[in-house]
Amino acid sequence: MAEKILLKGNEAIAIAAIRCGCDGYFGYPITPQSEILETLAEMNPEKDTGMIVLQAESEVAAINMLYGGAGCGKKVMTSSSSPGMSLMTEGISYIAGAELPCVIVDIMRGGPGLGTIQPAQSDYFQIVKGGGHGDYRTIILAPASVQEMNDFVELSFDLAFRYKTPVVILSDGVIGQMMEKVELSPVKPRWTDEEIVRLHGDWATTGKTPDRKRNIVTSLDLDPHRQEQFNLKLQRKYREIERNETRYESLLCEDAEYLIVAYGLSARVSQKAMEMAREEGIKVGLMRPVTLFPYPYDAIAELVPHVKSILTVEMSAGQMIEDVALAAENRVPLYFHGRMGGMLPAPEDILKLIKSIAGGTFDSADVPGFNKLWLR
Amino acid sequence: MNNISDIIKPENKVYGKSKLLLDKEMHYCPGCSHGTIHKIVAETIDELNIQEQVIGISPVGCAVLAYDYIDIDWQEAAHGRAPALATAIKRLHPDKYVFTYQGDGDLASIGTGEIIHVCNRGENITVIFVNNAIYGMTGGQMAPTTLEGMKTATTPGGRSHLTSGFPMKITEMIALFPGVVYATRQSVDTPAAERKAKKSVIKAFKSQKLKKGTSFIEIVSTCSSGWKMTPVEANNWMRENMFPVFPPGDIKDETGL
Repeated sequence: MAEKILLKGNEAIAIAAIRCGCDGYFGYPITPQSEILETLAEMNPEKDTGMIVLQAESEVAAINMLYGGAGCGKKVMTSSSSPGMSLMTEGISYIAGAELPCVIVDIMRGGPGLGTIQPAQSDYFQIVKGGGHGDYRTIILAPASVQEMNDFVELSFDLAFRYKTPVVILSDGVIGQMMEKVELSPVKPRWTDEEIVRLHGDWATTGKTPDRKRNIVTSLDLDPHRQEQFNLKLQRKYREIERNETRYESLLCEDAEYLIVAYGLSARVSQKAMEMAREEGIKVGLMRPVTLFPYPYDAIAELVPHVKSILTVEMSAGQMIEDVALAAENRVPLYFHGRMGGMLPAPEDILKLIKSIAGGTFDSADVPGFNKLWLR
Repeated sequence: MNNISDIIKPENKVYGKSKLLLDKEMHYCPGCSHGTIHKIVAETIDELNIQEQVIGISPVGCAVLAYDYIDIDWQEAAHGRAPALATAIKRLHPDKYVFTYQGDGDLASIGTGEIIHVCNRGENITVIFVNNAIYGMTGGQMAPTTLEGMKTATTPGGRSHLTSGFPMKITEMIALFPGVVYATRQSVDTPAAERKAKKSVIKAFKSQKLKKGTSFIEIVSTCSSGWKMTPVEANNWMRENMFPVFPPGDIKDETGL
């Protein structure tokens, strides 16, 4: 029987990082994710695994420490929350441009500006659509449980090194703070410098030895022809990621007449609403994107001909719904239910909306939040 | 009279280009100090025989392409962030030599946060700080180190402390931190100065080997293009105008070397 313990989502991230052989964590305190840094500081993995844990002077420094650590071939991670992610986007662009692996955790809170310390999903545009400058993408994983907070850390490192790209775990303040039972991942030793070279190639800055040319980590190329070729190479990589790494979970979609699309915590709440609707005889299915880039456009598109409408639930004013709309191609009406500012969606409210949609009129009069017939 | 071929023999060679200086033609302007400082860094790494253990961090600014000229592993940082990269690299590879090479716009303006905290943590790295009192690459704008009265593209009437502050003395500032073991200001305007600057760089790398803390070498430099002077005029102008504000010499040396 594998070890199961009760953990906060943020604690699970920290413990999973140590257990999967992470070499270094660089972070700056910000609510609601400070437990990641605190847990790592408390566990002091340097004495057991040699993993470095360092509190940076800012998110700007933290992401650039990540850039340095990734460039010298190590498994490195940082975490932050929405305002901190804004500061990190410059660095993420450099890391994507230098084609380096790293893991970044965003425990989202409400905005804009200083906003609130309460949970939200309003960084979707920023994180999924780029955020920083230039044509780059990052792989985005959206956990919906504390178990997935644990599982996605090692998965993120695997993907980051396979594609030499930053991977973002996009979660929110509820999943970061709530406690659930977690089956911990097996303990794996940190890679030695030789193992990194053997597994992932000899590109890192570890000191130039006579058997190879000097390694240069940079995102700069002043020659427009070469820079375009590099951009095309990045795009080929992103298409490969789209082909190979799209992940989603579909629940009761086989016979569904009404589809809910939601990720992360919104999917957890929507699942409850779906079960309540099913008890009342309304055939509701749930599509939960697990990767937000690559986005499961095809999986949603295949369901569209079989459903009467789609309700997208988010803790935002409607960001992921733009991707749902791309997949739906105006073939069915799209409805939206969004809570903001740290307020959470409630299963009862989602059920009310589904019942009104099934009844033929979209009645959101008694439903709090931002409700909208999005398209048609 | 000896035949020239009798003289050109290995045993007669007293000086040569470091093998770590690559043959690529440098993009620096005539009279620029960067070429000489690159040479000093390459010779130091060569003479200490540590090429296999060195990781350099290049800045944003004129030295952004430093990695094209010295045959070691390099990372190219975002503007001002080289000290953050160096922190992680050194922590993850504590037995390697890590140095940043930064200009005054990079280190003293946009990167003040990073350099101050690296020095305060006493990261065991070496910082080469090239101070030419101007932004070279972007075309001669005011830097934090620009002298009062100095005309730049963004201070066409001359820098005034009333609107733009005073020339920032970063090296004096960071010398205050207990984690900084060596803070010195050098120049490369004469062969003697160049030899002295090189001794500082060697000392800084040796101090890193002994895990003593941050070593910081400012090199007061010329930017003849940005200053709109000939190389000779620039050297003279530097000695007459920059040295009084940025006097060469050790500010702190606790290396014991």
